[in-house]
Amino acid sequence: MDIRILKLLAKDARMSIQDLSTVTGLDEDTVISEITEMKNEGLIRGFRTVIDWEKLDEFYVSAVVDIKVTPKPGLGFEDVAKKISKYHEVESVYLLSGDSDLCVIVKCKTFQDVSRFVAKELATIESVTSTKTQFVMRRYKELDVDLEVTNPDERGVVSSC
Amino acid sequence: MLNYDNVLNSTITEIQPSGIRKFFDIAATMNDVISLGVGEPDFPTPWKIRNAAIKSLERGKTGYSANRGLAELRKEISLYFKRKYGPEYDPDSEILVTVGGSEAIDAALRSIINPGDEVIIPQPSYVCYVPMVQMAGGIPVIIENKAENDFKLSAEELRKKITPKTKAVILPFPSNPTGAIMERADYEKIEKEIENTDIVLLSDEIYSELTFNGKRHISPAAVNTLKDRTIVINGFSKTFSMTGWRLGYTCGPKEIISQITKLHQYSIMCAPTTSQYAAITALRDCDDEVAAMAEEYDTRRKLMVRGFNSIGLECREPEGAFYTFPSIKTTGLTCEEFCERLLNSKKVAIVPGTAFGACGEGYVRASYCYSTDHIRTAIERIGEFLKELNK
Repeated sequence: MDIRILKLLAKDARMSIQDLSTVTGLDEDTVISEITEMKNEGLIRGFRTVIDWEKLDEFYVSAVVDIKVTPKPGLGFEDVAKKISKYHEVESVYLLSGDSDLCVIVKCKTFQDVSRFVAKELATIESVTSTKTQFVMRRYKELDVDLEVTNPDERGVVSSC
Repeated sequence: MLNYDNVLNSTITEIQPSGIRKFFDIAATMNDVISLGVGEPDFPTPWKIRNAAIKSLERGKTGYSANRGLAELRKEISLYFKRKYGPEYDPDSEILVTVGGSEAIDAALRSIINPGDEVIIPQPSYVCYVPMVQMAGGIPVIIENKAENDFKLSAEELRKKITPKTKAVILPFPSNPTGAIMERADYEKIEKEIENTDIVLLSDEIYSELTFNGKRHISPAAVNTLKDRTIVINGFSKTFSMTGWRLGYTCGPKEIISQITKLHQYSIMCAPTTSQYAAITALRDCDDEVAAMAEEYDTRRKLMVRGFNSIGLECREPEGAFYTFPSIKTTGLTCEEFCERLLNSKKVAIVPGTAFGACGEGYVRASYCYSTDHIRTAIERIGEFLKELNK
């Protein structure tokens, strides 16, 4: 397994097989089989685009929901975490150290949808003892991309230095 | 009306402005130009460094520093240089902080050149060396580095140019524009050629952190006996993406550095203090940021080399700096014709090789301080241009 392929794809998922081959020095067939293997092993789980949704009039509403759980004997937090992960509205689920136990990122069309989802679904899960819903008001950085920075090239066209 | 011919210094008026100025001016007025022309990083300075500058301003650190530079910065430079390249320099007597590498080159040349001294300059190389030698009263002696020799400075060629008047040899590696680097064995050969002379080596190492293919930068100061005759020039512009901060440094024997310091003290006073505070953080805390930028340059470098070769322009793999130097000889055009026609028909700006010396004829310099998408588009357009040429 070649970690360089992962590092390159993590930065730019659109890199072609040919480009990956050029940069790593592996031949194209090897790159293809490496990527296939990494997908099969569940190492590569998807290829996504970083979008600044706030540029659109209608974007989705996100909330960070902190959840406290009374773990079930023998199951710990696994059971409830896996159950929460299955919802379409849930983007991410993390087990946390500290005050709350699970951090859930919820994504819906409207504020009401988020509220309804938390109240009706998350809060009613057996062993969930409390939820704290915090709406995302603005995004500044997403997946390493600073959304505030547009970086127009102010360097001019040519220089000999 | 004054007769300005009587006013002006003849050494300065006789220096030719860069011959490709006109071409640059045309490019600057055109819209939608896709450029591979700029020799300046496209990354903003890492935030930690910018933040250190802001904090220094908030603390009111806005006065002059010591002439030689902040003691803390000189200490960091000493530690950094030793950690990266080996040689150890005394922060109090062997290091001077300057306004960019440029000031260091200028002051170093002026501190060693007597009228009529010869300074050997390998080309193709950065445009400032010849005029700076002339302005210091020296005589530039050009060595033409060859593609067959990977644009390295060859010891045999050097031998042919050494005369009793030779004062210094400029070592511009990693090279702008060729991307050539020098290895230990290359310097050992040069060492033999000059061992019984007082010839000084002026080593411009501004691209020292940008070397590829697993090859680490070798400073001549790290090679056997060469440290005693080497003036190292380095700086923050390229490595830390800090071009606008105007900060560089020079390290060398205290006998020379003390003289350079005198020039610096009287003409400059000290390098910008805010930049110096920022630079302390750069040297101390930014290895990861520098490594990430170098990795990105490496990706672009490989894609650009393949791109040029795939459209039929032979391009060697450069091992340092952030330029490729493809050959355009197969087109039958001079490099200036090539660049001008490419600019006019496809709006792609690259720099003719002759900007870096007459022996740059037949080559063009393309910078990879651009995103991979940008590089891809530029190379596609150059490919179309070549096809139309061949019709």
